[in-house]
Parts: sequence; C-alpha cells; structure tokens
Amino acid sequence: MIVRIATEGQYRLADDAVARVNALDNEAVAAVEAGDEARFTDLFGQILALIRDEGAPLPEDELHGSDVIVPPPDTSFEEARHEFTGDGLIPD
Amino acid sequence: MAGLTGRFSTVVKAKISKLLDRAEDPSETLEYSYQKQMELLQNVKKGLADVVTAKKRLQLQSQKLEQQVVKLDTQARQALAAGNEELARTALERKSAVQNELQGLDTQVAELEGQQQSMIDNQAKLQAKIEAFRSKKEVIKAQYSAAEAQVRIGEAATGVGEEMADVGLAMQRALDKTENMRARAQAVDELEKAGAFEDLTQLGGGEDDIDRQLKELSSGSQVDSELEKMKAELAGGGKSAGELGSGDAPATGEGQSA
Repeated sequence: MIVRIATEGQYRLADDAVARVNALDNEAVAAVEAGDEARFTDLFGQILALIRDEGAPLPEDELHGSDVIVPPPDTSFEEARHEFTGDGLIPD
Repeated sequence: MAGLTGRFSTVVKAKISKLLDRAEDPSETLEYSYQKQMELLQNVKKGLADVVTAKKRLQLQSQKLEQQVVKLDTQARQALAAGNEELARTALERKSAVQNELQGLDTQVAELEGQQQSMIDNQAKLQAKIEAFRSKKEVIKAQYSAAEAQVRIGEAATGVGEEMADVGLAMQRALDKTENMRARAQAVDELEKAGAFEDLTQLGGGEDDIDRQLKELSSGSQVDSELEKMKAELAGGGKSAGELGSGDAPATGEGQSA
C-alpha cells in the first residue's frame, strides 16, 4: 500500500505494517476520546516511526494517489480532537 | 482504515477531487498544476520573508534576555555580598524565569529554521512531480488508445493533485506557525515596553521596589567595596583576594533556584 505522511511524503508499506498502523491508529483515537494527551502523543509517534522505519520512500518521479494519508507529524492533540468534532485539520 | 488516519484520508481525498474537478479533462491538470505551482512559489517567497523577519525579531529578543540574565546574576551576587540573601534569592528566581523564556525563544528560532527548510523542500518536490507528470503524459498518449490514456492520465493526475494539496497544507501550516510566533514576539515586545516584563518573570508579588533596593544595594556595596579596597591597601595586597573568594562561594545558591 502507498501511505502518505501529510506534509512529509509518500512511502510504500507492506500490508502487515499497514495493519499495525491501523491498530495503533484505533488506540490513538481511543486516547483522543479519553482526553489522554500523553498517550495520544506516544501512539502517534509510534505510527510515524513505523511508517518511516518500515516503509520505502516513493521516488519523486512516481505519481500515485495514496491509499492512506496520515495527518502531519506536528499535529497537536487539540487538532486531533477537532478532527473528530467536524472542525478538521483542513479548512475548505 | 478507520480512526484518525481514516478520517484524515477521507477529508484530504475529498479536497483533492475538488481540486482536480477544476480541470475539466485530466490532461488539463498539467496546466492547472503549473498554475498552482506558481501560486505556491509566490507563497513560499512570502513565507520565507516572513520567517526571516520573525526569526530576526526573536533573535533580537533573545539577546535582550541574555543581557537581563547577566544583569540579574550580577545583582544576585551584589545582594549576597551585601548579606541580603532574600534579595539575592529573588534576583536568582527572576533569572531562572528569564532563562526559561530564553529557552522558549531558542526553540522557536530552531523551529522557524526547520519551517524555512521544509518550505523549500516541498516546493522542489512539487516541481519534481509536475515534471514527472509532464513526461508521463506524453508516454501514455503514445502508448495507449485515447480512452485508456484518459484513465491513466487521470490516475497520474491524482498523484499530482495529492502533491499539490499536500504542499498547500504544509505551506499553510508553516505560515500559521510563523504568524503565531510573530504574535508572540509582539506580545513580549509589548510587555517589555510596558515595563510589565519584570512582573511577568518574578515569582512573588509586591516586589516592585526590588530594582530600587538592588540599586541602593549596588551603590551601597560600591561604597563597601571601595572601603574594602582601602582597607586592603592599608593592610597590604594579599587579603582582598581571599575576601572576594568568600563572596563567590554562596553563589551556588543559583543552582538550587534553577
């Protein structure tokens, strides 16, 4: 699968790694809903590290839409919260 | 994929298709992406100018705060030498608060430098994608039937569209951050101008006259030190060095306060 870390770049990632990203992502959402900022920061960091460590950066001259787009690495807890209350990271 | 990433993906993809819808035919995406790149280039130029200005301002503030640290340190030593430990402690507490502020500024300057670099990188990346799209389009047109080419060019266009949206997002975040830092720098400037900075950095209340007290002390100790010097001159050179040394020793209290 092709995964993009927003504002950073695209990576090609094996399916099993994508599954792990998915699991961490679900935990991150639970942390956001529980208002646990430290846990969210930790989990989001793990997601980014997993993609960077196990993914292969896509060459600049390749053109693909991403299967998955991960929010920017500097996403704050506050922004992650807004992402679920309709007022997302991306304005219209 | 569900969760934060799933939600974010959906929002971004909706944005990209909106972006690409503006080009009626996928092959027009090239023209559109060139146009978009030119806009981004303008934003990068403006952004870089903003970053440099904000950085200079923060660096200037940083210098001022460094001077304040030196001043407070000197005042603490003077107060201690005059036997006023309470006042020395207050000066050191202020020094510690100013040092914290200083650390915050340094972090921000470093962050701005990072912004500057990523703006340049992003712009280069988009340019590379546009070039790739241009050559790919010609290859596709030569190899496939018109209908098939349309589909494949559409796929490539999605790739460029996503890059445009992403660079746009990066740029927007960089500009927002620069704006925040500018606002912060302005707030610190205003506090300093209003003389409120002393209040901001001190931990206890009702100590408005500390500067005055310190000034009195410093002129007082100037008299004292002159007296000491005179005494030393009368008694012979060696003794004054020993007394200066004992004055330095209690300055370890600085470590407790930091």
